[in-house]
Amino acid sequence: MNLYEYQAKDLFRKYGIPTPLGKHVNSEEELVWENFPVVVKAQVLTGGRGKAGGIKFAENKEELREKGREILAMTIKGLKVRSLLLEERLEISKEYYVSVTLDRSRKGPVIIASTSGGVEIEDVPDSKIVKYWIDPTLGYSQFIGREISFSLHLPPEETKQFTDILAKIYSLYEGYDCELVEINPLVVLKDGRIVAGDAKVIIDSDSLFRHKDIGENPAERTELEELAYSRGYSLVELGGDIGVIANGAGLTMATLDGLTLKGLKPKNFLDLGGSDDVEKVVGAFQILKEAKLRGLLINIFGGVTRCDTVANGIVEARKRVGITVPIVVRLSGVNEDIGRATLKENGIEAYSDMMDAIAETDRLVNGQ
Amino acid sequence: MSIIVNEDTRIIVQGITGHQGSFNAIQMQKFGSKVVAGTSPGKGGTEVNGIKVYDTVEQAMKEGPNATFISVAAPYVLDAAKEALYSGLELIYILTEKVPYQDTMKIVSLANKLGKKVIGPNGPGVTSPFSCKLGIMPNQIFRKGNVGVISRSGTLTYEIVNQITTNGLGESTVIGLGGDPVTGMNYIDVLEEFKNDDQTEAVAIVGEIGGTAEEEAAEYIKNRFNKPVVSYITGRSAPPGKRMGHAGAIISRGKGTAESKVKALEEVGVKVASYPYEIPSLLKEALR
Repeated sequence: MNLYEYQAKDLFRKYGIPTPLGKHVNSEEELVWENFPVVVKAQVLTGGRGKAGGIKFAENKEELREKGREILAMTIKGLKVRSLLLEERLEISKEYYVSVTLDRSRKGPVIIASTSGGVEIEDVPDSKIVKYWIDPTLGYSQFIGREISFSLHLPPEETKQFTDILAKIYSLYEGYDCELVEINPLVVLKDGRIVAGDAKVIIDSDSLFRHKDIGENPAERTELEELAYSRGYSLVELGGDIGVIANGAGLTMATLDGLTLKGLKPKNFLDLGGSDDVEKVVGAFQILKEAKLRGLLINIFGGVTRCDTVANGIVEARKRVGITVPIVVRLSGVNEDIGRATLKENGIEAYSDMMDAIAETDRLVNGQ
Repeated sequence: MSIIVNEDTRIIVQGITGHQGSFNAIQMQKFGSKVVAGTSPGKGGTEVNGIKVYDTVEQAMKEGPNATFISVAAPYVLDAAKEALYSGLELIYILTEKVPYQDTMKIVSLANKLGKKVIGPNGPGVTSPFSCKLGIMPNQIFRKGNVGVISRSGTLTYEIVNQITTNGLGESTVIGLGGDPVTGMNYIDVLEEFKNDDQTEAVAIVGEIGGTAEEEAAEYIKNRFNKPVVSYITGRSAPPGKRMGHAGAIISRGKGTAESKVKALEEVGVKVASYPYEIPSLLKEALR
């Protein structure tokens, strides 16, 4: 789960990581500030807001109101700006980069640091980047901060502050089960202090049960995704017009790929998961009823989710949900014969092969 | 011989009195696996389908297990895995999904240091027809044979194993690595074992978007693997930045695309199928 900059900076303060003086603002009425100049920053969960005009400076109260209003009315990369962060304008001398994230290949955390901050880290040459891989059993220790400072050739007056910040970032990474803690830029001020210019924190959604102080950020989901999420379904909206219900993430993705290779455009990823419940099937239809579809493909390989259960769910959904577009069903695996017989009694012919079902969907939708 | 599990594998189920635990303990028994005990704190002394239930893993050790099937809720997986490691179990399979990845990271790191194997979390486990199944794969899709299967998913694995079986081929060992960003065994660990397994003559790799494990497997195949490999990669149509069901199935910052994986595998001579149903014919060609 992505955090807004202001939320990330709240966590930084909790861990003692230096941040600029700031204020989170939800409405025009709250656009009040004392010591100008001030920076007005759009709070959106996407990068590149600076280029999009989402970061502006204000020299006085009038400018603050004007620019604050302007940014509050903006939509950046499709995301509506709902709030702002007002911050003291920093006297920047240098910009560094530091982050802690998971290295999937090494199955452990990696600290990435560079003295070339303020740009996307992907654009910084490897020769200017220092990486240190943490052993998950041994964990972090102070010497790692020294190691990285020396590798970066930091001036002695910055070393203590830098290692101190690094230790705190790592504590936050661990303490809040983060996928990423990133400070870019990490700013060295003209007076020599080091502070977090920006803050990016992503928390592992699977860990939220032990971080009750962090609320959900529903802003990351579309309406359809939010509806599905609130009812306990794993759904990703893709924008096409062929609805998909399948079981298992891999098979669901394979179904989307199959449709796409046929030139059809899937509306969604919807995984019934490891359930074996008629109501779960009916519920999936109820969600997709809210989407504009030209056809609906159900692709099941029965295991924990048995084919007869899915067949009963489909029959039940037809009675209760009223989907008017063509429905194509593929059933294979556990209890497929029972499932297919149930559907046949109700006038639905189920396919046993996934490719046949995709071809039939194409035929029904495109009349071909 | 198969790899990872065989007739000498003696399984306990941690969380055997739960819905998943009891159902799968019985399914594993039906397959022919030796399920020697289960644990469930506070339920020691009871039985599940004739399987003795103990309060702790330490107590269950008197049944001589060497592997565990962990089916406890996500917040308790780290504890359950440590309990298994403390008792010296050699093979830890974790069924549970939505385990915080930092917990998994610790489990895998500890197990590696102790020389133990971890499979999962969030995968269907490992099956060697018909000597042992440690996991949740449907019993009826297998036929003993010479194809090794390594996959990151569950249902898609069944789909492909079923294709292999119904097209007259069979499997040596089938393993689902799990759909999380961090898992225990990866492709290379399993390829290493298939390399030394006489029964396995060809391998099917079922990959998906996210991470670079398939690219690393390709590198390994190029330099250190001499049996034919075929593959299917799913997620070609997945948009970047979206988690496609599996926590690990995400294209982030341009990394982990299906194109990159297909390219890496094809470059080292692996035939990559466009659709799952093409796998058996690619295998037959490779085995010729």
